[in-house]
Amino acid sequence: MTDATSGVGTSQPPRKASLLELDARTKKRNAAEARFRTYGLVAVCAGLVALVVLMGSIVNNGAGAFSQTFVTLQVELPADRLDKSGNRNPDEMRAVSTFGYSPLIAAAVVRSLEENGISIEGLSAKDAGGIISKEAPAQLRNFVLANPQTLDTTREFTFLANGRIDGYYKGRVTFASAEVDKNVSPAQLQLADALLEIGVLESKFNTLFFTAPDASGQRPEAAGLGVAIIGSLYMMLIVLALALPIGVAASIYLEEFAPKNRLTDLIEVNIANLAAVPSIVFGILGLAIFINFAGLPQSAPIVGGLVLTLMTLPTIIIATRASLKSVPPSIRQAALGIGASKMQSVFHHVLPLAAPGILTGTIIGLAQALGETAPLLLIGMVAFVREFPAGPPQGFFDPASALPVQVYNWTQRSDPAFVERASGAIIVLLVFLILMNAIAVLLRRRFERRW
Amino acid sequence: MPLLWLLLLILAIAGVGYLLGRNRALSSAGGEIRKLHSLPSYYGYNGALVTAVPAIIFMMIWLLIQPILIENRTVILIPDDAIAEDSTRDLVMSDVRRIAEGLDRLIAEGALSATEIGDLRTETTDIREMLGEVGVALGAEVQPAVLNAALSYRALRATSSMWMTICVIGVAVLGLAMAVTRTNATFRARNSVEAVILTLLMLASTLAILTTLGIVLSMLFEARNFFNQYPWQDFFFGLTWAPSFSGRGGGSELGIIPLLWGTLYVSLIALLVAVPIGLFAAIYLSEYAGPKMRAFAKPLIEILAGIPTIVYGLFALITVGPLLRDYFAEPFGLGNGSSSVMTAGVVMGIMLIPFVSSLSDDIINAVPQSLRDGSFGLGATHSETIRQVVIPAALPGIVGAVLLAASRAIGETMIVVLGAGAAAKLDLNPFEAMTTVTVKIVSQLTGDTDFSSPETLVAFALGLTLFAITLGLNILALYIVRKYREQYE
Repeated sequence: MTDATSGVGTSQPPRKASLLELDARTKKRNAAEARFRTYGLVAVCAGLVALVVLMGSIVNNGAGAFSQTFVTLQVELPADRLDKSGNRNPDEMRAVSTFGYSPLIAAAVVRSLEENGISIEGLSAKDAGGIISKEAPAQLRNFVLANPQTLDTTREFTFLANGRIDGYYKGRVTFASAEVDKNVSPAQLQLADALLEIGVLESKFNTLFFTAPDASGQRPEAAGLGVAIIGSLYMMLIVLALALPIGVAASIYLEEFAPKNRLTDLIEVNIANLAAVPSIVFGILGLAIFINFAGLPQSAPIVGGLVLTLMTLPTIIIATRASLKSVPPSIRQAALGIGASKMQSVFHHVLPLAAPGILTGTIIGLAQALGETAPLLLIGMVAFVREFPAGPPQGFFDPASALPVQVYNWTQRSDPAFVERASGAIIVLLVFLILMNAIAVLLRRRFERRW
Repeated sequence: MPLLWLLLLILAIAGVGYLLGRNRALSSAGGEIRKLHSLPSYYGYNGALVTAVPAIIFMMIWLLIQPILIENRTVILIPDDAIAEDSTRDLVMSDVRRIAEGLDRLIAEGALSATEIGDLRTETTDIREMLGEVGVALGAEVQPAVLNAALSYRALRATSSMWMTICVIGVAVLGLAMAVTRTNATFRARNSVEAVILTLLMLASTLAILTTLGIVLSMLFEARNFFNQYPWQDFFFGLTWAPSFSGRGGGSELGIIPLLWGTLYVSLIALLVAVPIGLFAAIYLSEYAGPKMRAFAKPLIEILAGIPTIVYGLFALITVGPLLRDYFAEPFGLGNGSSSVMTAGVVMGIMLIPFVSSLSDDIINAVPQSLRDGSFGLGATHSETIRQVVIPAALPGIVGAVLLAASRAIGETMIVVLGAGAAAKLDLNPFEAMTTVTVKIVSQLTGDTDFSSPETLVAFALGLTLFAITLGLNILALYIVRKYREQYE
């Protein structure tokens, strides 16, 4: 036997602890392990909770924008007040402004009350008309000017209710708040409740939110996303038409043809940097180059499209290069082996195989461009635009808005009803983004090939 | 849109070039494709490219040079006495351009004929009123010299665009003729087409350089204008930000320090939120979580990265701001506004979580398994391995990720515009509204802007500063990340 074993059991005291029993230090270490693990789990949960709260808050605030309160009224159109010359000439009838039409609407509300035997204390005829949107007289006037033959008849119209009345049914306005609000009185709320009972006033799905243009700060109920959706669509078309070909061309050059030299390095460094340049800097670029230097019009989708193209290019180039890189070299060698030129091997074989990846990258780049706001603020897209832009290509040069900018615009207004509009617009924006990302994921699932 | 028509015309000629090139090659080979050097379509493409590419390049150059030449020739038509005391030659030139544009609109609406415009006199007609009717508003009555300049501006523009049309079509036809005469059976059409395509591909890739150049030059140029009017010492070291609203004329104090302070304060809070959460989430997901948990939580956290910043901005404005005000700021007497550094910082931190976590995740995964195995073999627990082996090994990469996140935070705009407020001040209280560089760029460049006043031009100096800071952070971060990656490859 050796010395080592002979000493055991004689000089050393026997250990008290067994393997099955944890000593204090091990316990401490295990507790630290558990704590550390919990921190990680808490962090993951914090991220998920943030996502849920963010989405919840937006949906909670914005869901109201998709329903709206409407009032259906029988409006008399007296010829002696709307067509003073009596010859049904729309040009002369234009002399009657919207102020001439508002009393007709107020009268229609009062009559509808009388017919149904409703009387509300302390309600003047003007207040009764006040529950209808300020947009309604313009709506009535446009109808009459377009159809002069309808004068002297009584017609049924569906008007938007005033934003405060709408807010009453969405919980923004209460009797207590109406007491101190100069835009709405408790009597008007009672009137609205009475009209709701007889079915004159009702809440419906708000298609106007998607089709109507923006409205001024006084009439949040009429504000819609029509111009913004078209502006965003035009910009996305421009981005797609420019960024996809340029991005693919640049990636093909860098991935397949570029020699290893200073110029190539410079291009690569530039692309990496552009991907991380703050978006507002691109706005400054657009303002200085496209508007001040090249003289393109402000607020136009063409300028927005060009700026977003420059912003999206790095994303598309990075995705395209990754996708080209994943095509195995054997494909290229086979093409070269049967006599194709380098250019033919790339355009006939590599590019089609890389196409799904390129498309996925492009869609993700477009989604990113769709949500971009800051650069658009600088090129004048914040302007208040009510006219729809013309069809392309002329429409690319007309003033328009964009979805994210419209959201920003609405947050700057004082009426709280615009907060609901802004959140509703965000929901629309997010739906578009989710659709685009879903298409990208589907494309990847369907066509992705592992070599 | 005559330009569009011209472009279509060029494309049509190119189409003719395709057919002519292809047919000529085929006929010169007697219809036998085998005798051709290249496939017949390459002869066609050669014809089309040689027709269209030089013509379009020529057109672009013309369009770039034309306005400069016309400006120079019109500007000398304005005598010195036509420039009012408080005005400059540039302002008069912009009037000239607007009058010319208004006259174009008058013709388009049929109010005037082209010959009537030539006979316009300021003495007989009220041009300002006439232009006002078509939506071109002028600041003052039109002077005879200015009207003359505008008329000659229009005339020059008309002649120039006529000559451009003729020259461009000439170049296209010349190209067509050259392509067709060059085409025969032995012409190496494929090689020449491929050379042109390669050049186009290369040009596309240099767009990245041009963009950077455009950013730097446009900001440098305008920032130089700014520093000519405002001393740079006051800009970089000034402690107050108080632009005067009266427009031009002194009285504005444009010091960047309060803005930088706000920017850094918001970014610091954002990083204090994002780095611990993002880092621990990355550690948990890459070291502890099972495949199911990972497949579930990782994409969900990354959704946060795909949400546009305007959504975070609105979230700050309507949810986080009031929440922090009601439960933290007001009970502790720290402030009573919903816009605060804290609001913007917390929301920006949420935005940066996926950024930090996915970058750190990549870096932690890149640490070789052998290091972990060695640590486990020595009896370390999992968390001890992570803290004492994995994190130190990944530290440079994580620092790089944090720097990238910081650069994001500094350049972020919408969250601070909606969440942080607009008051520039040097303060330590995080529940106080402060403002950042990006907010001031937006506020100085939106609305009515006058590109000769320092209040507007300061935005370019701010932009340049922002660009320099973020570029520096990005380069530093990329350098650190790259250096680290090489260690284990």
